[in-house]
Amino acid sequence: MIAVGSVLALFRWCQNSSLGAAVRGSQWMFPAVEAGHLIALAVFGAAVLIVDLRLWDLGLRQRSVADLARSAQPLLLGSLALLLITGYMLFAADAERYYYNAAFWSKMVFLFFALVFTFTVRQTVIMADETRVGPLWSRLVALVSLALWSGVGIGGKAIGFY
Amino acid sequence: MSLLGFCQWLEQTSLSVAIRESSWGFPIIESVHTLGLCLFGMAILMDLRVLGLALTRVPAREISLDLAPWMRAGVVIMMVSGILVFLNTPVEYYNNSVFRIKVILLLLVAVNAWALRRGRRTAIACSVSLALWAAIVLASRLITYSLLGASE
Repeated sequence: MIAVGSVLALFRWCQNSSLGAAVRGSQWMFPAVEAGHLIALAVFGAAVLIVDLRLWDLGLRQRSVADLARSAQPLLLGSLALLLITGYMLFAADAERYYYNAAFWSKMVFLFFALVFTFTVRQTVIMADETRVGPLWSRLVALVSLALWSGVGIGGKAIGFY
Repeated sequence: MSLLGFCQWLEQTSLSVAIRESSWGFPIIESVHTLGLCLFGMAILMDLRVLGLALTRVPAREISLDLAPWMRAGVVIMMVSGILVFLNTPVEYYNNSVFRIKVILLLLVAVNAWALRRGRRTAIACSVSLALWAAIVLASRLITYSLLGASE
């Protein structure tokens, strides 16, 4: 059974973990982890963008979508792993505050849908035979991908303003 | 006019006052500056490509030619939004030592990019570029915290 109280308890556990305490306790750690999060964001954003732009027929047209996506996949997965690790570290430093932060929850909802969309619908469309996917569908997938990931980014930025 | 005098003058301009007084202006400008990193990230991809660490199936020349308009757009977005962030409180930034370091790092990265355009894309220049970008992002975060610390 998952009660609302147990989510808060989980957040408190994260905050009280030694990792949370380490990030919180050091003057350098938080900005350094944040910088890592942002650098990973730049790589991840670019890896998503080049494939989404290609779906719109804007740039790198000499490659097939699938070929480009396969080439970008290690960047996408590597930077995503770094984003999740650094993101968890930032979260653990101040988890209880995020529990009451609406921007944090909106970011998590966008993140959930962005991840599901990227690894199901988007993955299927970019790996499919291009002659079988209409240009309209390709563009729609790119648009939804950009919208969902923008939601994650804006939500992340908004956390700090709350 | 001294640099400080110039910053004091900037702070009195209507644009600077408008950014400060608007409740949404600064968050929006800062969000654009942060998310602009994704367009800008293409330059990081380019560096990684030259080092043979990413997109190895795509020729480097094709990436630099095809993505050039987007990278340029990224540079423009970062510069314009960055200047607007600065205009929020020019004197505070002027007095901030990490901000000065960031400006120097940006100048270094510009010189490096200029050298890259003129010469061949060498592994050393691309490694320098990556290291500088990492330092610039770190400096950017430290500016925020030192400004917060100064105002406490």
